Amino acid sequence: MKIKNNIAVSENGFVFNPASGESFSVNTVGLEILNMLRKGHSAVQIIQSINDHFHAEPTVIERDLNDFIETLRQYHMIDHDED
Amino acid sequence: MTKTKPKLTIGVTGLNAIDSPGPGVAVIRGLKEAASFDCRIIGLSYESLEPGIYMHDLVDKTYAIPYPSAGMDVLMSRIEYIHEHENLDVIIPNFDSELYSFIKLSQRLKSMGIHTFLPTLDQFEERHKTNLPEFGKKHGLYVPRSKAIYTPTEINALEKEYGWPLVVKGKYYDASVAYNHDQAKAQFNKISAKWGLPIIIQEFIHGTEYNVTGLGDGHGNTMAAVPMRKQYITDKGKAWGGISIDDKKALELNSQFLRSTKWRGAYELELMKDKAGHYYLLEINPRIPAWIYLAVGVGQNIPESLTRLAMSWPTDPYTDYDVGKMFIRYSWDMIVDLSTFEQISTFGEL
Repeated sequence: MKIKNNIAVSENGFVFNPASGESFSVNTVGLEILNMLRKGHSAVQIIQSINDHFHAEPTVIERDLNDFIETLRQYHMIDHDED
Repeated sequence: MTKTKPKLTIGVTGLNAIDSPGPGVAVIRGLKEAASFDCRIIGLSYESLEPGIYMHDLVDKTYAIPYPSAGMDVLMSRIEYIHEHENLDVIIPNFDSELYSFIKLSQRLKSMGIHTFLPTLDQFEERHKTNLPEFGKKHGLYVPRSKAIYTPTEINALEKEYGWPLVVKGKYYDASVAYNHDQAKAQFNKISAKWGLPIIIQEFIHGTEYNVTGLGDGHGNTMAAVPMRKQYITDKGKAWGGISIDDKKALELNSQFLRSTKWRGAYELELMKDKAGHYYLLEINPRIPAWIYLAVGVGQNIPESLTRLAMSWPTDPYTDYDVGKMFIRYSWDMIVDLSTFEQISTFGEL
């Protein structure tokens, strides 16, 4: 799974979708997930990394990650080829 | 040695930079920033309180002109007077309601040396709100179902066909969403009292609104096109903030519109994207929109290109623009001496 190449993400977590004109703000965890998705990391790798940094339960991280990805999908930010 | 730029005298209407603004002031800003010519701006006003009249850094001189309802001969005679004093090269009309007169007068204006770059009368008539369903069929574009009606009782049949809510639209201006029969009837009466009949009842499309402003060369080619998403909308439905976007589908639809209609001049397409990703063409405004300065700001000076086309000067199409640039409109109070107001009110010139 990968987010679309044209999605702009600033280092402050400001996200801009140039196709729709929508913009969002994400927190530190969201920013880390977005950056890992852009690099093509798998869900397992993302859960591991979040766990390393924030020491949360992997099952909780997995549930929140799925929610987050679903939100990205709703806003048409996931690359269809990778969907 | 520096090359001197040609200097043009350009008449511009739509100086009403109010909460539902005319495009004139934004058009003039584009013209003043034109790289290929200098210009003297002659404002053409309908009301003494149009703010552009008093913006002397943008408008060099303003003349009051008669309302379209006064007829074309009265308008022509006023333009002849203005031309005697100002030697106009180009006129850019910016209101839907005045376009019919200017299109009809364009050959007479040209014979006087005044150039315009307007849609043909057929193009202008074909895209009317009342003709939009046929327009969509002919040019292969999704258009919401709609019907022109002359009495409120006709709403009864349409509510069954389209379901609620319905969009109630005036012939030229004004649109309102009605959620029940009482609201629809009230809007019918309100809008028809202001703009006359018919009233257009349109199916409501749920989705996100996008706009494209562009310029067609009259041969089916795109000279300029910038899509925008409204970010902040006033209670009159006008964009108070917007952002340029990279919407390939909207641009494809725009190219299809131009190829099919061979549109001549500037325009604005109002589009609605539904959840399935279909773009519906809600309206075609046959003139430059009030947010045109965003197009200038992202690299497509449409007023400049339109002027060049009007002058029959060689003009390259724009192919690129900056994505993610915003416009944010603002209000500004000017202090004006009563004598200045008196001058335009009494003599029709300032």
